[in-house]
Amino acid sequence: MEGELKEVREAYESGKTRSLSWRLSQLKALLRLLYDKEDDIFKALEQDLGKHRAEAYRDEVGLLIKSVNYAIGNLRKWMTPNKVSVPLVAFPSRADIVPEPLGVVLIFSSWNFPIGLSLEPLIGAISAGNGIIIKPSELAPESAEFLARSVSKYLDDKLVKVITGGPDAGQKLLDHKWDKIFFTGSPRVGRIVMAAAAKHLTPVSLELGGKCPAIMDSLTNARDRKIAVRRIIGGKWVACSGQACIGVDYILVEEKFAPILIDMLKATIKKFYPEFDTLSKIINKHHFQRLASLIKDPSVADTIVHGGSMDSDKLFIEPTILLDPPLDAEIMTEEIFGPLLPVITVKKIEDSIDFIRTRPKPLAIYAFTQDEKLKNRLVSETSSGSLTFNDTMLQFAIDTLPFGGVGASGFGQYHGKFSFDMFSHKKSVMRRSFLLEYSFRYPPWDGWKLPFMRSVFHFDYVSLLLRLLGLKR
Amino acid sequence: MEGGAFDGARAAELTAELRRSFDSGRTRSYEWRAAQLKGIARMIEEKEADIMAALHDDLAKPQMESFLHEISLAKASCTFALKELKRWMKPEKVPASITTFPSSAVILPEPLGIALIISAWNYPFFNLTHVGPTLMGKWNYVSEFRLLSIDPVIGAIAAGNAVALKPSEVSPATSSLFAKVLPTYVDNSCIKVVEGSISETTVLLEQKWDKIFYTGSKNVGRIVMVAAAKHLTPVTLELGGKSPVIVDSNVNIKVTAKRIAVGKWGSNNGQACIAPDYILTTKAFAKTLVDALKITLDKFYGKDPLESADLSRVVNDKHFSRLTNLLNDQNVSGTIIYGGQWDEKRLKIAPTLLLDVPHDTMMMDEEIFGPLLPIITFEKIEQCFDFIQSKEKPLAAYLFTKDKKLEEKFVQTVSAGGILINDTGLHFANPHLPFGGVGESGIGAYHGKFSFDTFSHKKAVLSRSFAGEASARYPPYTQQKQKILRGLINGSFIALLLALIGWPRD
Repeated sequence: MEGELKEVREAYESGKTRSLSWRLSQLKALLRLLYDKEDDIFKALEQDLGKHRAEAYRDEVGLLIKSVNYAIGNLRKWMTPNKVSVPLVAFPSRADIVPEPLGVVLIFSSWNFPIGLSLEPLIGAISAGNGIIIKPSELAPESAEFLARSVSKYLDDKLVKVITGGPDAGQKLLDHKWDKIFFTGSPRVGRIVMAAAAKHLTPVSLELGGKCPAIMDSLTNARDRKIAVRRIIGGKWVACSGQACIGVDYILVEEKFAPILIDMLKATIKKFYPEFDTLSKIINKHHFQRLASLIKDPSVADTIVHGGSMDSDKLFIEPTILLDPPLDAEIMTEEIFGPLLPVITVKKIEDSIDFIRTRPKPLAIYAFTQDEKLKNRLVSETSSGSLTFNDTMLQFAIDTLPFGGVGASGFGQYHGKFSFDMFSHKKSVMRRSFLLEYSFRYPPWDGWKLPFMRSVFHFDYVSLLLRLLGLKR
Repeated sequence: MEGGAFDGARAAELTAELRRSFDSGRTRSYEWRAAQLKGIARMIEEKEADIMAALHDDLAKPQMESFLHEISLAKASCTFALKELKRWMKPEKVPASITTFPSSAVILPEPLGIALIISAWNYPFFNLTHVGPTLMGKWNYVSEFRLLSIDPVIGAIAAGNAVALKPSEVSPATSSLFAKVLPTYVDNSCIKVVEGSISETTVLLEQKWDKIFYTGSKNVGRIVMVAAAKHLTPVTLELGGKSPVIVDSNVNIKVTAKRIAVGKWGSNNGQACIAPDYILTTKAFAKTLVDALKITLDKFYGKDPLESADLSRVVNDKHFSRLTNLLNDQNVSGTIIYGGQWDEKRLKIAPTLLLDVPHDTMMMDEEIFGPLLPIITFEKIEQCFDFIQSKEKPLAAYLFTKDKKLEEKFVQTVSAGGILINDTGLHFANPHLPFGGVGESGIGAYHGKFSFDTFSHKKAVLSRSFAGEASARYPPYTQQKQKILRGLINGSFIALLLALIGWPRD
């Protein structure tokens, strides 16, 4: 490992990554990788997560292709220094903000979208001109292997490396000094990463999770209700069987609508899953046990209104709906990250706002409503990474929206230009010439210099001009 | 602050109160934020006399004039924020994409919550916070305290946060005046000042904050970040470094010498994080540069600089010893070519030039933060670039040259928080430029809108309608659906049309 890290550092310091042409060549190579190796990717995801190829394309490969194309199309613009205004006192001078790479960056990705969450930040890191080490999660081993094999074949293997391994490998990597660390995963490990980064004063971005609520208000139109339910399901089981950081964790609905909602959910689940062959599996036994134990307690199990069946050999858990499990049970205090959907009833839908506010800030809040007042209240009274009305998950696909958390859901944002910015240092550059010297800048501080200084400071150019011309004392 | 130690319980109480105040929603409105900023501006104006009196206690000599300008600058920071606040608070509409059509998207800035702002904490060795613009020459360290403490506070308030400020304990009289006076000009349920040093800062750091902004030394920066990690709190660290100056032979030497001198000794006698730390030049040009610097220093401070009224003193005896020890190093003392005098009683050290200090001495390893200026020479100017690259990235890097190519090479290859060509210190006067470090000189930036941004969360808000429902998103995944999905994600209009008309049907 030491040798690899040294190689990346040396290659970076050679200055190779600075040119637009190197960065474009890497991005184009990544695009070729995604086209050429699509089937291999589908196979790896199928083995790791039982992910259907449509989901693999929709959630990972397709989005990556979109993001690479967006970066290729905008990179020159992003790399161009940004001219800014200069206060007149500094005349003549010129000021720019010049983006430069941070250096050698470390990317940790998680297991649920192992290809997407490794390569999306990679796009930003390459665009910004860094050397890169990717450490994919060992819980998705086929995907990690795929990345290790393919990335070095298509991209510059001295500057972009994949290092596989478990927590030991991760810890060893953290002992080194990086110019930036990007981490996607759990808050527990996020803390470890940030504390390790602190030793070297390394900036970090943490993409964590949270309990993302979906608020279901009453909708007047039957068709809209149908669509809302489909979109909720789309944000729960259709997204890697609920194992998604922006997946719907639980629903909030007025108690009088809960029965209708649950019936519609049941019907739509049946429609989407006549068999469960397109449902992703639970990643491993450890998480399977974790999820199973969430519904073990009778006070929780009694609230199951749909599903509940499990097969530990197949790592299968049926889409399960619970109605008002106890709020202090683990299923309502921890991020579920699985196919269990609590439906929490409130007296009035506005009560959802307090419910959400008294809990840690999630990565996403979803609200299905046509009530403008409720929408405005949600916008100003709740805080989350993102807020989406009348749909789920889609904010992830928009390049112009920053993606990232706040509070317990993390900090740092990426996607689109935000990825480029995340892996860059915005260096202030000011240029002056030797013309126009103001002698009143310098000691000795004779009495006459002060009035000049005052005029300059108050941006009182008229007085300054008069003084310079000797017309004012 | 009432009597009794500021311990963990008091710190917890303080954060609980700030959180209650923030949760009440009072900091969110434009009116509240503007009122606070106006209050701060008023305070600076009305309490000028009191602040000057406190300064007199803390200072070796009266520095009323520079004080005046420090006040002006702090006020200018308020004024700029007030002028721009509405614009900063506005949501930014962004184009959505074909994939999600029809939809509308905005980026909405919102406050992070409760912010802790710490300025230079004396542990174990003091590190001064950065100065305001040095255009006007010297700034006393107390002005730094005020300007430094004020600028992030302005940003935090403009962004709608509740704030706890722990000002520098280096200037006790002004610090406690601030603690007494600020709360009477602002909403003191949301803006609090905590005086103290290590123990108070430690208990503050144990609490959960939504943002921590720290200015000071690297070592303490690490401690702050480790504490923040426990609560996953984002941090901005404004640290220091050895800010180098490269002097090419192709320059106007008189102007160069003056600008270097005012940037070094005119900034509180070198005690500023963006003051030039050391100079790099070619062996051939060294004599010319040194002669020009000597002439300039004679002009600025006279033949007996320790007696000059325009020379600031070293802030305290701990730093005085630190600096004299650097000079007493047997490998260093022989390299002094100008100055080197000091007066322990008055804590004054004269502007001192040293030529070719050995690279492995402490003076060339640690940030000097004082009136000692080593000049390191190399055969070729390119070696000066290499030397900078071999060291940690500094907060500022300076180059004096008329050679455009050399200038471009410097900008492209030297990484620093900020770069200034042909002058020193000025770039910090520009509120349109982000001020902050990179690598060991810091994380994050502020000034102007960057202050507002550093205390904000940019929330993505996406609105969709129920029209345009693409069944292709959902299982069962037929071949047709997969085709549409591909088209949609890649922004194909036809795929969009088909999806919009609901094809394929389920």
